[in-house]
Order: sequence, then C-alpha cells, then structure tokens
Amino acid sequence: MKSAEALKTSDAVQYEGGDYDVIVVGAGHAGSEAALAAARMGNKTLLVTISLEMVAFMPCNPSVGGPAKGIVVREIDALGGEMGHNIDKTYVQMRMLNTGKGPAVRALRAQADKHAYHRQMKLTIEKQPNLTLRQATVDQLIVEDGVCKGVITNTGARYHAKAVVLTVGTAARGKIIIGELQYQSGPNNSKSAVKLSENLEKLGFDLERFKTGTPPRVNGNTIHYDETEEQPGDQEVHHFSFDTPDSHYLSVSDQISCWLTYTNPGTHNLIRANLDRAPMFSGVIKGVGPRYCPSIEDKIVRFADKDRHQVFLEPEGRDTDEWYLDGLSTSMPEEIQQKIVHSVKGLEDAELMRPGYAIEYDVVAPYQLHPTLETKLVKNLYTAGQTNGTSGYEEAAGQGLIAGINAGLRALGKKPFVLKRSDAYIGVMIDDLVTKGTKEPYRLLTSRAEYRLLLRHDNADFRLMAKGHAIGLVSDERYAKMEAKKQQVEAEIARLKSEKLKPNDQAVNNFIQQHGDNPLKDAVTAADFIKRPYVDYQTLLKFIPGPNQDLDRHVIEQVEIQLKYAGYIKKEEQKVERMKRMENKRIPANIDYDQVDGLATEGRQKLEKIRPETLAQASRISGVNPADIAILSVYIRK
Amino acid sequence: MVANTDNDTIVAISTPIGEGGISIIRISGDDAIKVAKKIYHGKDLAKVHTNTINYGHIIDPDTNEEVDEVMVSVMRAPHTYTCEDVVEINCHGGLLATNRILQLVLSYGARMAEPGEFTKRAFLNGRLDLSQSEAVMDLIRAKTDKSMKVALNQLDGNLSHLIRHLRKDILDVLAQVEVNIDYPEYDAVEEMTTKMLKEKAIDIRQRIESLLKTAKQGKVLREGLATAIIGRPNVGKSSLLNSLLHEDKAIVTNVAGTTRDVIEEYVNVDGVPLKLIDTAGIRDTNDTVEKIGVDRSKKALNAADLVLLLIDNSAPLTDEDRELLAATKDKQRIVILNKTDLPDKVDRNELKQLVGQDHLIETSIVNNEGMSQLGQTISHMFFDQGIENSQNNVMVTNARHIGLLHQADDALGDVLKGIKDGMPVDLVQIDMTRCWDLLGEITGDSYQDELLDQLFSQFCLGK
Repeated sequence: MKSAEALKTSDAVQYEGGDYDVIVVGAGHAGSEAALAAARMGNKTLLVTISLEMVAFMPCNPSVGGPAKGIVVREIDALGGEMGHNIDKTYVQMRMLNTGKGPAVRALRAQADKHAYHRQMKLTIEKQPNLTLRQATVDQLIVEDGVCKGVITNTGARYHAKAVVLTVGTAARGKIIIGELQYQSGPNNSKSAVKLSENLEKLGFDLERFKTGTPPRVNGNTIHYDETEEQPGDQEVHHFSFDTPDSHYLSVSDQISCWLTYTNPGTHNLIRANLDRAPMFSGVIKGVGPRYCPSIEDKIVRFADKDRHQVFLEPEGRDTDEWYLDGLSTSMPEEIQQKIVHSVKGLEDAELMRPGYAIEYDVVAPYQLHPTLETKLVKNLYTAGQTNGTSGYEEAAGQGLIAGINAGLRALGKKPFVLKRSDAYIGVMIDDLVTKGTKEPYRLLTSRAEYRLLLRHDNADFRLMAKGHAIGLVSDERYAKMEAKKQQVEAEIARLKSEKLKPNDQAVNNFIQQHGDNPLKDAVTAADFIKRPYVDYQTLLKFIPGPNQDLDRHVIEQVEIQLKYAGYIKKEEQKVERMKRMENKRIPANIDYDQVDGLATEGRQKLEKIRPETLAQASRISGVNPADIAILSVYIRK
Repeated sequence: MVANTDNDTIVAISTPIGEGGISIIRISGDDAIKVAKKIYHGKDLAKVHTNTINYGHIIDPDTNEEVDEVMVSVMRAPHTYTCEDVVEINCHGGLLATNRILQLVLSYGARMAEPGEFTKRAFLNGRLDLSQSEAVMDLIRAKTDKSMKVALNQLDGNLSHLIRHLRKDILDVLAQVEVNIDYPEYDAVEEMTTKMLKEKAIDIRQRIESLLKTAKQGKVLREGLATAIIGRPNVGKSSLLNSLLHEDKAIVTNVAGTTRDVIEEYVNVDGVPLKLIDTAGIRDTNDTVEKIGVDRSKKALNAADLVLLLIDNSAPLTDEDRELLAATKDKQRIVILNKTDLPDKVDRNELKQLVGQDHLIETSIVNNEGMSQLGQTISHMFFDQGIENSQNNVMVTNARHIGLLHQADDALGDVLKGIKDGMPVDLVQIDMTRCWDLLGEITGDSYQDELLDQLFSQFCLGK
C-alpha cells in the first residue's frame, strides 16, 4: 500500500492566469499555425501545450507535402502561414512527384528533419510578438451561456479570452495499443488529455473514436542499405515558400536519400500466423482507422494476393540515425514487430529503437462545425486538425490556420473568413468535413477537388495571397512582389499572343517536321504554338525575340501552364461560375426546417443536423435530394 | 443546375404536334427576343411593347427565304410565365413549317427545352406565390418519387445494365488514373498512360454510339422513316405511292398543311413505318410534267432517310436518271427498275455500275410484281442493317437519355482530342470524369446538381 500512497494525486488550486484575445490549446501543426496567425493579426494570444517538446512535432512520417498535401503547404504559405517557411528551413530532401503528369497534380514533397522542424517552429513561436507559449494541460473550457470565455489548466490557471481554438490532436483521451499492451497516452508517449474530452461531452459535443498508427523506428547503423534501392532528392530547385530564394536550395549531395525495400512472402506468413495477436483484428481496436494509410497487417489481410509491399526507409533527421519504416505501420506486439522488420530485405539486422503503435483518440464529429471551424454548439470556440477527424500534418496546419484566422477575426470583431471549394484545397477539405463529415481519418486527395486544375500548387500565390493580405497576414511588400510577378506573367502572355511564327520561317518548319508534324500553312501566334506538346517556352524563344527583361522560372512556368492548358482551365472556370450562383444563395441561419413543407424526412433531418450555409453546400449533403434543394430554393426566396 | 438562374434561352413547340391549324413555338430566356429578331421580318421586336402581338414573316436569314407568315407575341420579364423574356411564334400548324421555324430558332442561339423546363423555370424563378409554390412542391415531391421510379422502370433493364457496365469500365480507368496521381510512388498499380486511356475511350465511345444508333431507330419507329420517292416524270412514282397506300395495312394520316407545306403520308411496310415525303409533288407530276421533275425530287432528297429511286425499264437511261443516281449516291436508297412488263431498254451493266453496292429491285408496279421484295428489302435495311449492333435489343427512346448519351459522346470526343493534342493524363481525365457523371445521370447513380433537371421531365413539354 505504500506505493499507492506514493502515487496519490491531487488537484491544483485555481488562480487567474490573465486575459487574452485568443487562446490556442495544443501546439501541433494546427495549433502552431492557429496561434501564429491570431498573433500576427494583432491579437494577444496564448498557446498552451501539454509539452513544449511536442511543439510542431511529427509523431509519424518525417515528411511534409506530397499529392494534394503539398498544394496545401503552398496555400498555407500564400495565406501567410508558417509551414512552408518552416519546412524550407529544415528539410533533408526535396522531391517533385508526378512530373510526368499535368501541372495540376505535380506535388512537392520534402523529407523533414523532424527535430529541426520542431525546434524551428518553436523558435518562431517564441519570437513572435503578441504570442505566449506555455506548457500546461487544459482540463476544462470556461463556457457561459453557450459562449466560450476561456480555459482552465491542470496547473490551476484560469485564462480568459474572446476566442478559443482547440487543436488537441491524438492527445484527446489518447490510448496507445501495441499488441496486448494498452495504455493511456498521447502521441509518442506524451501525456494524454482526458478531462478535456469529458468536459466536451458534458457540453453536449458528439465525440467519435478514431484510430491511427505509426511504424517502428530502427537504428540506421544496422540497415544494409546496399540491399535496397536509393531514392535521392531532386537536383532541380524547389521550395515550398514563395519567399525562399533559389540560392538556399540544397545540392543533392547535401540532401539525405531515402531507400526502398519490400516485404516478402515470409513477412506475410509471419503476420498471418500472428493475426490473433493483432489488435486490429482481435477486436481490441474499436476506433476507425484510415484506408489511406493502412497498417501492414491490414494490407496483408485486404490484399492477400500481393506478394510484396513497398517499404520506404526515411531518415528522421540530420542529428540522429533513427530511421522511419514507411509502409510498416503496425500495432502488432513488439516481439512480432521485431520479426516483421527482420524479415524484410536490408533490415535483417536492424535494431528496433521504438515499436510501432496504434493510437485511439477522440474526434469532434465535424458536422458540429461551421465552415469557419467555429463550433455550432459553443460560440467563440473553434476546433482544427485531428480533433476534426483529419489525418496529416498539412491537413491539420491548413485547418489550424483557418481556425486561427477566424478566432482572430472574431476577437477583432471582424467578419469571418471562409475559403470556397474553388479557392483552395483547404476549402475543399473544410467543406467536405462540415458538410459530409468523415467516417475515418480524413486525408486530402487530389480527386476530392472538383476544380483540380485551378487549384494548382504553382498558382497558390495568385489564388490566395490577396486574401492573406486583406486579413493582415501578408505584408505589403510580399503582396507587391506577387503582384509584380502576376503582371510579368500577364505581360508575357500578351506578348506571346501578338508574336507570330510565319510559314516562310524555314527554321520553324524544320523544327516542326522533326517532330513529325506538318509545316505551317499560316502564321500562328506564339501563344498558340506553345500549345503543341513538343514546344515549351525555351524552344519558343529560338524562333521569336525574347522578352525585354529576363523572366524568372516561376514566371515562365505560369506562362507555359496558362497558355498550354488554357482550354481545360477555361472549362473548369465555367464550372466554377455555374456553381457560384448557388454558392451565393445563403440559407438564413435561423431557418426552421420544420416550417419548410415538402422536404423529405431524410433530407429534413440531414439539413437540420448539418445546417448548411448556402444552397450549394446543402446540395452536397448526401441524403438531401434535388427535390429538397428545389423546395429549399423557393422557400428561402420567399 | 439546381436553381436555374442560368437564363440561357430555350425553345419548344408548345402545341401538340401535327394537330390543330396553328402551332406555337415558345422561346424563353435572356436572349429570347434577340433570337426571334434574327429570323423575323416585321416590326423591330426589341422595340415593341411588352404583351403585344405582331404580324410578320419568319425568314431564313441564310437564304432570305420566307418560311411562314406568323404572329409573334412578345412578353418581357418579369411578368411572364417563366419570369424571363418570352416570345411566342404563332405559325401555320403544318409540321414542316413548324419544324423549320424551330430549327431556325435553335440555330440562332436557343437550345431545345427539356420536358417541363418552362414550368421548372417558372417555379425556380419564384414566379409562383406561396400557395401555388406549395402546390408545386407537393407536385415535385410526388413527381420526384414517381419520376425516379418511372425513370428506372422506363429504363429497360438491359439499358441500365449496359450503362452501369459502361460506368464501371470508366470508373476502373478513372480509379487507376487517380491512384497514379495520389500515390505516385506505389508500384501496386500500373501507370495509366494516355495510350491506354485512348483504347478505353474508343471502346466506350463505340458502345455509346451504337446505343445512340438505336435512339435514331426508336425515333424512326415513333415518327416514321422519312422516305422520298423520286424519279423522272412518268417512271411510276404515283403508281408506287398508290400501291403502297392502297394496301390494307396502310396507315393513312394526312398531315394537314398550308399551301406551302408538303403533304406527308404514313404507311406501314413490313413493320417499318414510312413517312412518305412530298406525296403532293408526286401527284402533281401527273398534271404538270414539265414544271416538276428533277428539281423537286432533289429537294425531297434532303429531308429523306430513305430514297426510293425509280428507273423506267422501258426507256434507255437518261441524263436525268444518271443525275438522280449520282445525287442519291450517299443516301440509303433502293433503286427500283420499274415497268419490267415492258421490253427492256435499259443498259443493265451501266445501271448496275451506277447502283453499285446498293439495292436494285425489279418491279412491275401495275401488275403488283416485285412489291413484296421491295417490302422485304426495306424491312431488312431497317431492322438488320439499320439497327446494326442493336445490343440485346436495347433501344434508347427517352429524350433525356438520348441527350445525355450525346453529351457523354462529346465528352469522349474531348478525351480523344486531348490525347491527340498530347495533353497529360490527368487533364484528359477531366473529360472522362464528365462522361462518367453524364452516364450516371441516366441511371440515377451519380448525384449531380444538374440532376434536378431530370425530376422535371415528368412535366409535359412546353409547360
């Protein structure tokens, strides 16, 4: 009994911690963006985190970007967020994916030095005026008459604020599962937040239980790299942020390669033989996991006929030799994990440093949110990131930024900010979440965007920087730089529309014939000529005079894309234009759906649950049929 | 669009076709007056007062030819049935004149209204007051549930099966493209190249186009196969006409026309409904041989799906015969060598050469010889060759389905164009997705905002 006595706990005495404009709870990728945005907009902001060592920590992949996600990073950057800067300062490898495809789906991905990434973000937050970073666990929200007025921490501090943002991630009643082992924990063995979840339930929130997981880490010293395939970074210069100069790009030799290996039938047999110890299948894990990044045991059960799966070996950083085994996410018992790792070519002698694990956590079912990410239930309370059911650092950061902006705008007494589906992937994501909800951790995919060609990573600055500027997150200088780029692009396009290639130009015709095409019959404009698949901007300059001033690669890229794909771009713009009329039809916030005659029962229930803000949003709710929309459309016109 | 504030201009014939002495062609939308103005001679419709009716003529601006004498009503937004600008053209009720005017309106900027679209616009533009709109809501509710069922029932089981099969094939392609994009490094899926996409697109397009062929067939079954009987004077055109009409099985529908209209008559030949064009012209030829002849025959040719070209066996081929043979070369035709009861004067070798692969039948119409062979040939051409690839006897008859199939076909055309232009696979895929969505609207499998339009197809056309 002595030990029980020794572990007895007691609560802190409460005290007044101070007044803020905005409080952000949780300092992961969502919370960091939220707090920085609110503070940069001029709000006195408090960022509370369970552990200062967990600021912008990457408990899973040491990487940022990729398809759709990379575009989100650019969008965050264009709006004035931090993720792009932070990864540009701390990457160990940079690669452009999908280079063989169209401009809309090209995707930049960086391998991050996860420790440097954390330190850099923490430093940025520490240096940010208006922003206080504190370690504490928030146990409770201060809510009066349905309005959130602050938070109470485990250390007894009562902090007051005009708006509160919750970005608590997998800490929310987090539970780690490794085989038969289960324990209360946040990500990477950090503290979990139990009381906050209880408080949210008490306030009436509908919480769901999700699951995610991570693979084991091994000591790189014990990897046989020569048994695997090298995956080096790109030589060609890429950055995420609009502001990062090309001169900062690391040469390939300064980058760290990833390595590719595969599982084999031996691995699969091993897993099959131990499925009874897999929490995924033994019924231990109740939370819903993502289809998008399944555990290895899940892959083997669902794709039984595949005889191998890829495993990417990714470095966790420069000052460590810990390696991440991308593709081997698992919650099997540690003993089995070790055997699984050793069964893979190149990892026969790999020393396990940390086991993989599954983690279950609470999610605020996102139908309870406005598109501003404010909760419908409690005014001035916003949620973002994994708390809203997403997975991924970029998804979290994108929402964190929007939640932070809206909390900041609320504190400033200004109108809220919402991105439409045609504005940004962030808009697509939030609309999906609040309109359709999600049954599993939500990951952005390019196929979720119906205007994919307009939401490119190369035009995020043109799409969003003006909005960031209006909010106050983009400086005049930065905005002017973007405008100048835009003008250069427009001027060069106008020039190419007037420059002509003539049929009597033998050099042009020789070039055309070399590519198996018919020689010119009539003069064509340079703008039309560049549409041919074998022509790019540099080729064009062989046949027409160059511009008055040298154009940088970003301008040339825009000119090429805007001219080459003009037809498709126009088609998508028309699609947006058609949808806009419905986006502009607002449904009154106080609408009583019981008063709308003729709605189908299911439609009425769904509308009541989601309470869409526009007719377009209503039309995207599954279960609301076109007749309901027609009826609603007439009703709101009355 | 769910709420169609997209006031593109629509047109439809709003009176029952082929009945009544007057037809009304209704145009509604932002450009209604502009479109009408282009084909109307009379007062400046842009300047006339609202709710006025104006006398004038419809002319074909291309040829300056007068089409009909008409009264045109102009009603300006918002106090009209649809709350949009509305023009109604009252013309003589003949089928040809009415159709001709409709075609003109269509080619000068309006599009064909979908069934119930005028009412739908009235409804969506808030034209109906509270009680009315509630009534319409009930109606929509009833129509919706019903129309979904009706639409599904209407869909021949085979058709929806075919469409679902098409969609599944497209979805497989799309999914493969998407996986390549969202998981570019994963080796589980073969890279979908535009070359592969091209093969799929061509295959799917062929299947859609053969469905569309059946649509044409369905239209023929409903409206009759437009058939022209041509030939130089005195080859036996009127004998053939009479022979066809005097048979017991003839459906005699004399479509009323004005003096400018051409008489059409319907007969059923071996199960194929023929709409005989310009039978008046044929009858006229007996009286005024000189005036009528090749010129008039050529005119009838333009409107014909099937040509019955008569040649006189009792006289050598004339230049007129050769001219008509040449003029019908690209048409579906049956060449009838008539008057085989009289001595052969036609150079058979020359005739066979001129007829080529087409059908050549010998008849003696006055003796009723060769008529059953003619019937069989028509039936064979129509059912066996005409409905080639009839895909398990699926026939597309619903106008909405046909429209969607056409759009899906166009989308695939864009896919192939994109591939030809060397566009990357993810851009080409944009049009492939569009095709998928469009096909889904036929079976009700995809939720599209445009789907609302389908619900209103239960309303009767024109109102």
